Amino acid sequence: MTIALRGGTVVTADGEVRADVLVDGGVVSAIGPSLRGDAELDATGCHVLPGFVDLHTHLREPGREEAETIATGSRAGALGGYTALVAMPNTDPAQDSVTTVEFVRSQGRAAGLVDVLPSGCITAGRRGERLAPLADLAAAGVTLFTDDGNGVQDASLMRRALLVARDLGVVLAQHCEVSSLTAGAVMDECACSGELGLPGWPAVAEELMVQRDIDLVRDTGGRIHFLHLSTARSVALVRAAKAEGLAVTAEVAPHHLLLDHGALRSFDPVFKVNPPLRSPADAAALREGVRDGTIDAVATDHAPHPAWNKEVPLDEASPGMLGLHAALGVVGAALSPSPMDVARMMSSAPARIAGLSPRHGSLPAVGGAANLCVADLSARWTGGDRPTGSRSANDPWVGVPLVGAVRHTVFGGRATVVDGEVQQ
Amino acid sequence: MRHVLGIGEIGLERAEAILALVPRMAEVRSRSVPKVAALRGRTVAMLFLEDSTRTRLSFDAAARALSADTMTFTASTSSMKKGESLRDTVETISALGPNALVVRHRTSGVPWQVAAWTEAAVVNAGDGAHEHPTQALLDAHTIREALATESLSGVRVGIVGDIRHSRVARSNVRLLRMLGASVVLVAPSPLQPPGVEGWGVDASSSLDDVIGGLDVLYLLRVQAERITGGAAPDAGEYARRFGLDHARVRRLRPGAIVMHPGPVNPGVESSVDLSRLPQSVVGRQVANGVPVRMAVLLDALAGAGAGMEEE
Repeated sequence: MTIALRGGTVVTADGEVRADVLVDGGVVSAIGPSLRGDAELDATGCHVLPGFVDLHTHLREPGREEAETIATGSRAGALGGYTALVAMPNTDPAQDSVTTVEFVRSQGRAAGLVDVLPSGCITAGRRGERLAPLADLAAAGVTLFTDDGNGVQDASLMRRALLVARDLGVVLAQHCEVSSLTAGAVMDECACSGELGLPGWPAVAEELMVQRDIDLVRDTGGRIHFLHLSTARSVALVRAAKAEGLAVTAEVAPHHLLLDHGALRSFDPVFKVNPPLRSPADAAALREGVRDGTIDAVATDHAPHPAWNKEVPLDEASPGMLGLHAALGVVGAALSPSPMDVARMMSSAPARIAGLSPRHGSLPAVGGAANLCVADLSARWTGGDRPTGSRSANDPWVGVPLVGAVRHTVFGGRATVVDGEVQQ
Repeated sequence: MRHVLGIGEIGLERAEAILALVPRMAEVRSRSVPKVAALRGRTVAMLFLEDSTRTRLSFDAAARALSADTMTFTASTSSMKKGESLRDTVETISALGPNALVVRHRTSGVPWQVAAWTEAAVVNAGDGAHEHPTQALLDAHTIREALATESLSGVRVGIVGDIRHSRVARSNVRLLRMLGASVVLVAPSPLQPPGVEGWGVDASSSLDDVIGGLDVLYLLRVQAERITGGAAPDAGEYARRFGLDHARVRRLRPGAIVMHPGPVNPGVESSVDLSRLPQSVVGRQVANGVPVRMAVLLDALAGAGAGMEEE
């Protein structure tokens, strides 16, 4: 069965081309004028981009299926234009064994809407005490390791992990948080937290670990990816490390680009997230960092929680917010990116970091994998007006003006989203 | 019906209207039958999810003096212990039909959250380190009474202690500034709040530098676990640097008063017995608690026109 994407603008290695795209089986079989297929999808007014790749998705399965399952998270991803999700390992049990990793991967296959790439833990149980079986997990196909939700506090353990990861050719992804500085924290430590009397999470708690890990990468010759950077100083540290030629990459979450700590004045726990929303100046520095390539990728940190973990006092509320469904719209509103920039920060860079190239993250080309996102990059919509796909409702974007909407998603040659609706 | 959440939401005009009701409430309290019918038929529910005997009894007495019915939920009696969400608890209590919900919680912002989930008027009885508006109102009333002045313009108030974690400090700063007083916050730097430079007050880490210029010395209750939690020196050092002692009492201006929201930790905030110190108005703060909270409940539920006839 062939699918023709008709009337759009294709973002190719040679630039933007007004052309139809024909998908046959799992590959792009033709790019050119007037292509017809068994199924035809209208791409008028849209760009045909590589399917998005999320480096940072909490799918919650196994263990927290009341918040999300791999099937519902895959649905949210497809609606957001994603064809691959890196599943964070803070499940129950944690993804620190081949068994659990295989389970996540097979549930992803069963859902069939995106490629689900399980990450592995750096330390057993994400407890920060001893290394997880990194080599066994790498042999089982894990390419990205993280204790996300926890930073690896012990410098000696992190140093050994970097050396092992270098041997294995995998990447460590750090959640940068010196936990002794953030006990009980609910929001950014700032004038706003002082005014509201809420315990603060100081920027320096992130920056100390970014600096430490840059120094450890220099020391070990290892490679690191920084998850969800949130402060201006973190961006500056990564910029300097890259200028030095160190193997450092970084991501930013959509909410850190467009929201700031003032949102907590509402006392609405939907805005509690880790790392916390920072100052408008931090958000501006993050936008600059992602524009100039210091920050390689936009990664959602999609973190579903059921209502009973959010409709509680701020200190009891679980941190995190939905992200997959609205990421493109947030990136559009925050950055006004070119179509090529969208392809870079939401697809090709994250695919490269996660080791998913060329199956994911490659610009549409004849013979290439048919993982594609068809999006109207100038569509204006209001958060809350489109389905999230998630099982949870902790959506911070309700009422927020967004720019850029996914119309169709093609995964492995099959249309998973047509006109904004999931095709099960 | 209107909420009483934070001093900022209350504003100057409404704060003055509430304070203007207090003498009438005190007069009711002095009657042989200290009770009026103003809130007859109304129900005031106390949702006290943080331990507080004094504030809860004070609100309860205020509600009864206005002939309201009361019901009380505390952390130990409510099903929140069983893991029910705050929203569920609030919706369950609201279904019982109270006209006002008096809310105390250890976490900042809870009264604002509760206000979104109930039809009742929400009265903030203290949230986390954020606001304690009825305490600030009774403190302002006490200062006016003790200094025998309606205008606080030119009055210098020093608030001493763990400002960072104090809802009493935040509400007092907001209200005292609104009423024209100038405020200095005295604490070691780790116990000053982030962003204090934007509060329109002075900040000092030395009580001895400021004590001689104060009209009001306001000592905050020290929470020992915060002091020993590494944010400040030990209790003995705290008492020596920030506690009231006889030498510091002698440095107070003539006519200056000493306040404390209670309960006092003897030997920490003060090594002088505040119940016997001539400058202390701690007893009047306690006495003003009920009439001020009557005024607040009346303002929230009935407006100033309610009948003051005996029940």
